[in-house]
Amino acid sequence: MMRTAKIALALVATVSAQAASAQAVPSAPAPVQQGQDDGGLVVDVEGGMSAPLPILIPAMPTAQVTQTPAGSTDELGQKLAQIVNDDLRNTGLFKTSGPGANRAIGIGEVTAPNYASWSGGQALVQGYVRANGNGSLTIGCYLYDLAAQNELVRQGFVVSPGDWRRAGHKCADAIYARLTGEGGYFDSQVVYVAETGPKGRRRKQLAIMDQDGANHRFLTNGQAIVLTPRMSPRGNAIVYMSFENRQPTLYVYDMATRSNRKLVSNVSQTFAPRFSPDGRWILFSMATAGNTDIYRIGASGGEPQRLTNSPGIDTGGSYSPDGSKIVFESDRGGTQQLYVMNADGSNQHRISFGGGRYATPEWSPRGDLIAFTRTGGGAFRIGVMNPSGGGERLLTESWGDEGPSWSPNGRVLMFFRSAQGSGRPDLWAVDLTGVARKIPTPLDGSDPSWGPLRP
Amino acid sequence: MAKMTTSLLLAVALVGTAGCAKKRPPELPPAPVAEGDLGAGAGAGDTSDQYGSSALNEQFKREVMSDTVRFGLDQYDIDPEARRVLDSQAQWLAGHPATRITIEGHADERGTREYNLGLGDRRANAAKNYLAARGISATRITTISYGKERPVALGSDEAAWAQNRRAVTIVIS
Repeated sequence: MMRTAKIALALVATVSAQAASAQAVPSAPAPVQQGQDDGGLVVDVEGGMSAPLPILIPAMPTAQVTQTPAGSTDELGQKLAQIVNDDLRNTGLFKTSGPGANRAIGIGEVTAPNYASWSGGQALVQGYVRANGNGSLTIGCYLYDLAAQNELVRQGFVVSPGDWRRAGHKCADAIYARLTGEGGYFDSQVVYVAETGPKGRRRKQLAIMDQDGANHRFLTNGQAIVLTPRMSPRGNAIVYMSFENRQPTLYVYDMATRSNRKLVSNVSQTFAPRFSPDGRWILFSMATAGNTDIYRIGASGGEPQRLTNSPGIDTGGSYSPDGSKIVFESDRGGTQQLYVMNADGSNQHRISFGGGRYATPEWSPRGDLIAFTRTGGGAFRIGVMNPSGGGERLLTESWGDEGPSWSPNGRVLMFFRSAQGSGRPDLWAVDLTGVARKIPTPLDGSDPSWGPLRP
Repeated sequence: MAKMTTSLLLAVALVGTAGCAKKRPPELPPAPVAEGDLGAGAGAGDTSDQYGSSALNEQFKREVMSDTVRFGLDQYDIDPEARRVLDSQAQWLAGHPATRITIEGHADERGTREYNLGLGDRRANAAKNYLAARGISATRITTISYGKERPVALGSDEAAWAQNRRAVTIVIS
C-alpha cells in the first residue's frame, strides 16, 4: 500500500497547461465540456450495442527498447494497446480492433497518423511508451477521427513501472470520455468478498482488484466471515462487516496502513454500511432486540445518530450524491420496499410499488437513478428506477442476482449472481442497456463495491 | 392505491406462508463436516461448530427436545411446535441456572443478504423473548444473526429453506 500512496500518476504536459493543471485536480474526467458541439464522433451510451463504433488500436511503439521492472518498453506497448482495446470493447459501445489485428506503427507516426493507410475503423488510437531516466514510464495517448482526419485526444501519463496498467486504463478513460461525453471508469478498483468452500461453511475473504480483475490481492485471511465491503469515496478506506470473535460488527480498513478498527462500540449487531459521498459519514444498520434501524456515525467514529424508528427492518441505506437524501429498504409495509428520506431522517416515503420485493438500493453517483435488487417469482433481478420511483427498468434476471454497485460514472453496475443449488456466486457487470458480462475472479465472488476513479 | 397494493401483497405473503408451514420437510442429508476442505485456520472462531461442541452443549442437546426451532417464510413467530421445543429448553436452563446461552438466528437463501441479517436477528430474539417469558433471565441469553451465511440444509428447494429458517440455542458456559 506504501507503493500506492507513492505513485505519481500524473497527466504530463505533453500538451497544454490544461493537461498540466489536471495533475493537481483529482481526475474526474469532466463530462467533456469541449467536445459536444464541435461535431465529429459521438457515441451514445444509452444506445448500447445497436451500432458499436469501429475503432483501431495498434500496438504503441517505443523509440528505444528499454528494459524496465514492468518488462521491455516494446512489450509494454503491445500490452497497453490491449488494455485500451479490452476496456473499450467491454463497454459494448465499440467494435475494437486491437494490436494483434493491426500493422505496427512507427514512432514518428504516433503524432502524424497516416490516415490514408487505415481502413475498417472510424477512430484510431495511437500511443507510445518511453522509459524515463528516473525509472518512471511515460505513455502517450492519442485519438484520431479517421473520417474527419483530426486529433480528438492527446494526453500523456507518467507512472511508476508497478502502475503501468493504470496508464492504459487512463488512456481508455480519456478516449471513452471524449467519444461518449460521459466520465470514464476504467482506472478504478473493486473491493469484494472472495469465497471458497462448501455451501454450509463458506470461507469469505475481503479482496481488492482493478475493475478488469488485474492486480488482485486479499485483505483478510478468511478466519472470520466478512460481508458487504464498501469503498470510501476517495478509495482510501473500506468499511465492512465481520463476524470476528462471533461479535458481528463493522470495521474500517485503512488502505494506507493496512489496519482495521471497529467503527461502532456497541454490543448490538451492526451491518449494511455505506459511506456518504463526502466520506465524512457512514450509514449503517443496527439490530437491537429484534428491530433493525438505520443510523449514521462519523467515519472516524463518535456517537451514532438514529435516523429511522420503525418496527420493521430498515436497512441498506445509501446517500444521494449531494448528501441531502437517503434511499433505504424497509419491510414496515409488509414486504421489503424502497423508501427515501432526508439525510436527517425526516420525510420518509415509499418510492417502489411493483410486485415482489425491492432491496439493496444504491443511489447513482450521477444522481439520476437508484439501482436495486428486485425479487419475486423465483428470480432475483437487478434494476434501476428514478429517485422518485418512476421509470423502472429491469436489467438482469437470473435465479440469484443481488447487490448492485455503481461504476464511478454511473453507467455500469457490478453485482453478484449466485447459482441455484451450489449457491456459488460470481461477479458480473451490466450496463444500462442490459448487456451483462462476467468479471473474472480467482475464487468465487460476491458483494462487489466499485471504488472511485483514481486520481 | 398504495394501500391496496400493500394489503394485496400481504395477503399473498400470508397465503404463501400458510402453504409452506404445513409442508413437512423430507429427510435431508446431514450438514457436511467440511473443516478438511478449507485449509488451516479457515472459518475459525466465528461459528457455532467451534464453541458449540463443548461437553456442556452436547449434554444440553441430549437432554432437550431439540436445540433448534423453525420458522415459516419471512416469519418469526413461535408456533406450537417451536413452543414445545423452547419449553424443554427453558426447563433445562432452569435446572442449570449457572449456564449461559447464545441463540443464533438464520434465514434461507431466498432473501437479500442484509435483510436476512435483520430477519435472523428477529428470529433469535423471538426465541430469546419466549425463554425470558418462561422465566429464564435475559442476562443469560445473547443473540447473534447469521442471516443466510450458514445454511444447515444445502439444497435450493423449499424443504432446505424450511430447515434453514431457524434459531439454534447453544450453551456457551
